[in-house]
Formats: sequence, C-alpha cells, structure tokens
Amino acid sequence: MAISTTASRATIAAVGGADSFDRRNADWYVDKAVQVLVFVCGISAIIFVLGIFVFVTKEGIGFVFQHLDFKEFFLTPYWFPSDADDPEYGILALMAGTASVTGLAMLVAIPFSLGAAIYIAEFATGKTREALKVLVELLAAIPSVVWGFIGLVIMNPLIIKWFDVPVGLCVLNAGIILGLMAAPIMTSIAEDALKAVPDRYREAAEAMGATRWQVTYKVVLPAAKNGLLGGVLLGVGRGFGETMAVLMATGHAVNIPDSIFDSVRALTATIAAELGETVVGGEHYQVLFTIGILLFLVTFIVNLSADLIVRGIRKG
Amino acid sequence: MTTANTAMFQASRLNQRNEKVQVLYRILFGIMTLMLITPVLLILGTLVVKGGGVISWEFLFTPPTDGMRTGGVLPALIGTIWLVMTALLLSVPIGIFAAIYLSEYAGDNWFTRTINLAIINLAGVPSIVHALFGLGAFVLFFGFGTSILAASLTLAVMTMPVVIVATRESLQAVPQAFREACWNMGATRWQTIRRVVLPNSVTGILTGVILEVSRTAGETAPIMFTGAVFFTPFLPQSVFDQTMALSLHLFVAATQVPGIAEDVPYGIALVLIGLVLTMNSASIAFRMWLRGKKKW
Repeated sequence: MAISTTASRATIAAVGGADSFDRRNADWYVDKAVQVLVFVCGISAIIFVLGIFVFVTKEGIGFVFQHLDFKEFFLTPYWFPSDADDPEYGILALMAGTASVTGLAMLVAIPFSLGAAIYIAEFATGKTREALKVLVELLAAIPSVVWGFIGLVIMNPLIIKWFDVPVGLCVLNAGIILGLMAAPIMTSIAEDALKAVPDRYREAAEAMGATRWQVTYKVVLPAAKNGLLGGVLLGVGRGFGETMAVLMATGHAVNIPDSIFDSVRALTATIAAELGETVVGGEHYQVLFTIGILLFLVTFIVNLSADLIVRGIRKG
Repeated sequence: MTTANTAMFQASRLNQRNEKVQVLYRILFGIMTLMLITPVLLILGTLVVKGGGVISWEFLFTPPTDGMRTGGVLPALIGTIWLVMTALLLSVPIGIFAAIYLSEYAGDNWFTRTINLAIINLAGVPSIVHALFGLGAFVLFFGFGTSILAASLTLAVMTMPVVIVATRESLQAVPQAFREACWNMGATRWQTIRRVVLPNSVTGILTGVILEVSRTAGETAPIMFTGAVFFTPFLPQSVFDQTMALSLHLFVAATQVPGIAEDVPYGIALVLIGLVLTMNSASIAFRMWLRGKKKW
C-alpha cells in the first residue's frame, strides 16, 4: 500500500510537477487572507462594545475615584454641577425623571404594542397584514428629534388646553411621546416572536376545534412568552436610553415628580444638554461621563437579560 | 332523523360563546392597533399641514438667513449628506464582512453568541453614550477634533448592526445547496462566497444599506459633540471640517432660536421626515419586489 502511494506520487510528480498536488496556489492564499479579514470584521462588534466601555470609563473614572460619594451621588436630588464654590452631584432626581418617563411610556406602549402584534400576527390576513406591517415599520423609523419636536409644538399646547396646566412639558408629555416611539419597535419584535411559533402548533389546536382567540391565548402566547418578554425588555432599554425626545419634551427641570404634570429631567438629557458647556477633563465633564458609564451598564444588563430570556425558549 | 342531523351540525351554545369571544378579541386588538397608528398619522398630518407651505426648492437650496430665523436648510442638508456618506463608507464594508463571518464561517458556539450579544448591545446602548464614546475616542484620543470624520465614525459604529442584521439574513436565505455545488467544483470558500453567495444576496444587502441611510440621517445625539455644529455659514470642504446637520438643525431651530418664523422648524422637520421615510419606503418596496422575484 505504502509502496503504491509513493509510486503514484512519483507518477504525478513526473507528469505535472510536484506543485500540481500542492493546493497552496494563489486562490488558496486569497482564501486564507479573506478568512482573516472576515474574522476581524466579525469580531468588530465586540471590539466596538469594549471600546465604548473603555473610552467612556477612561473619561469618567477620574470622578469615580476622586470625588464620588456613593451616598450623595445616588441618594440626593441636588444637581448643581456648575456651582463654582460647591458643586453638588446628586442624580436621584435625574433617575426619578428617567424612571417616571420610561415607566409611563411602557404603561402606554406595552399593552398596545402586544395587542397590535397579536392582531397583526394572528388575526389580520393578506393585504391588511402587509399594510399594517409596513406602517409599523415606517413609524419605527421616525427620528427621535422629530418626536421631541412633536412633543414641543403639538403635545405641549394640547396638554395645556386639555388639562388646564401652566406647562405642558412634563412626565405625561414625554411618556406619551416615548410610548408612541417605542411601541412600533416593540410591536415588530413581539410580532417576530409570535411568528416564530411553528404553524403546526396552531394547526393542531385548530384541528381540535379551537377558535382563533383560543389558539392565540392557549397555544401561541405561552409558546412565545419568552420572546415577548425579551421584546418588552428591549423596548424598556430603548425608552431608558432615549435622548433627544426626552430632552425636548420633559421640560428639563431637575425635580422629583409628584404628579404626571410635573416637569422632570432625564439622565440622558442631562448629558446632552450640559456636555457642550463643560471643560474637557473637568469635574463636571467627568461626572457626565460617569452617568454615561451608569447608562451603559444598565442597558448592557437589560440587553443581556433580554438575550438570555429569548435564548431560554430555544433550549426549552 | 332529519332534525337530529341538523342539530348535530348546529353550533352548540359553547361554540357560539367561543365564537363571540373570539370576535370580541379580534375587535379589541384591531382597535388597539388602530390606536397605536392613528395618533401618529394625525401628528404627521399636522406637521404636513403646518410645514407644507414653507417647503419649496428655495427652502431646500438656500442657506438660513437673519440669524437662522428665516431662510432655507441648504448647509444642513449638505452636511447630513456628507455625514451619511462618510458613515456608510466606513460601516458598510465592515458590516458586510461581519455578516459574512456570522453567516458563512461562524459555528454555533459561545463565541458566536458573544458576537450576537455585542451586536444587540451596539444597537441598544443609548445614543448619548455613543456620543460620549465618539467624543472620548475619535475627537480626543485619535485627535480628529470635532469633524465630519469623528461624527461619521460615531454614527458608523452606532448603525452598523442594521447592515449586519440585514446582510446576514439575506446571506442565510441563499440555499445551502448552492454553496455545496460550488465547493464540489473545487472552489475555495471565498470563491464560493464571491461568485455564488454574494450575487444571490446583493439586493437584500442593498435593502439593509438603504435602511442604514435612513437611520443615520435621523440621529442627533451622537453628532452633537463630535462634528455637527449649531450654525456655520460654510459648506464642508473635507471630512475634517465641522458641519451643520438636518437633525441637529431641527433641535436648534425648535429650542435655541428665539423669534424664529413659526413655519421654519415645521419645514425642517418635514424635510427630515421626508428624507427618512422615503429611504425606508424604498427599502421596503425593494424587499417586496425581491420577495416576488425569488426563484427558490
């Protein structure tokens, strides 16, 4: 056997030269080079996420080590960063602002987007479904600065007129704007989750005589539960991190809200509004980056748990 | 006998109730869908009514005048085009190669899952954090200063997931048999991708690119501190210049310019929405046309 292999090698070598058996021609090297290039691009997303963390931390960590008093930072509502003598950095009011606006937005967005997703995925058919899907996709594309503008010029006078309050830039305004903004995104994610439930589940239930609603309620929703929860979480993440719309529609007053008609200020909006006035490397500049670290970590955790929850269904 | 037979096929009371419940829920969810969509359409209608009057060729092609209180949007429009094009030049190649890796090379393991998680995070990190990153990395660390280049790099990093996801989907839609046939002819992996997989998915990739244009054009926060300025009378000459941008221009006109003519911000908003929605509709129409054309 060994002899015959050697013999055939020798024959080939005699006929075409040893190189013809060697696959390492130009194409082979191109293939390897591309493989490296593709791999580098493939991991670029990881590099960028690490880069975001590293650079935001690099600019903000100085404050964490030198000035950060955890108790004052998280538990006092006094935000006077530009006070020359005694600046105070308490983000409690800012967190309350973000939480109240995001919370109200989710109250608006979650039921409606789940309802819309169920309607589009389970009840609507043919052209209606296609039209609704396109519409939802287009609504999701409206830029956040336009939403902020809508809050400023359309919602603001409406709220003043309807509720007879002096200022219409408040938790209610920003909550509705943010809810309308997050709803299309959540609708498409939720609809994808419902579509991911295999049709044979539905067919089996319908063969047992179940109505559309029974199929949806007893079969599709339990099967899509994790996907829906993941979608809701991603929506929360989006609302939490929204900047321009919140900056323009909340009224931007540092305040722990008592009612939905109070003006508030969000964490994200604070960075957007104040970063331009700060000195690079100064204390105020660093504290804004520290808020950035906080935002990064919270959204990272939200996205991670959304991912883990969605993965849960694949395994189960 | 006959009566018994008809009774058998008549809906029982339970069936009738179930049917009624189902109709009720159908109506409920239908209304919810409408309530989600109608207010937005009303709002958009209001914008069109209030801003439609100001839109003209002159509005698009003249610079702002009288301290931005009147005049057009030309420098902002040009700036947005600069920003979007530069960002695309950077993010599209990397995004497509990243998608090729995920679709053609990566196995189903923890490493791939980490990449996917990173992509979700890239899309999910607040835009203002991207702005901080852009400022810390591109403006200061790499020393590009506040310039189109720094702003576009920030935008590119932020919107790359759009290209990756769209490209990966269209690559995976190419049947595996196509690749196997090509490998059997002795082609290398890259030859297969370039000659077989990419030509069969190029239109799908284009859909993603158009979608990314729309996303990039609308972003405001990431460019605020990295390259876009409130006002500059000059049009950008190179990627190292600062520029105005439509999205930031809308923010400025709506909040920072006292005494602005009332319809100007509406007009800016309309131009921005028009740009974004046209791009999006094009992408959707393209996708539908593709679906109709698909041969396998």
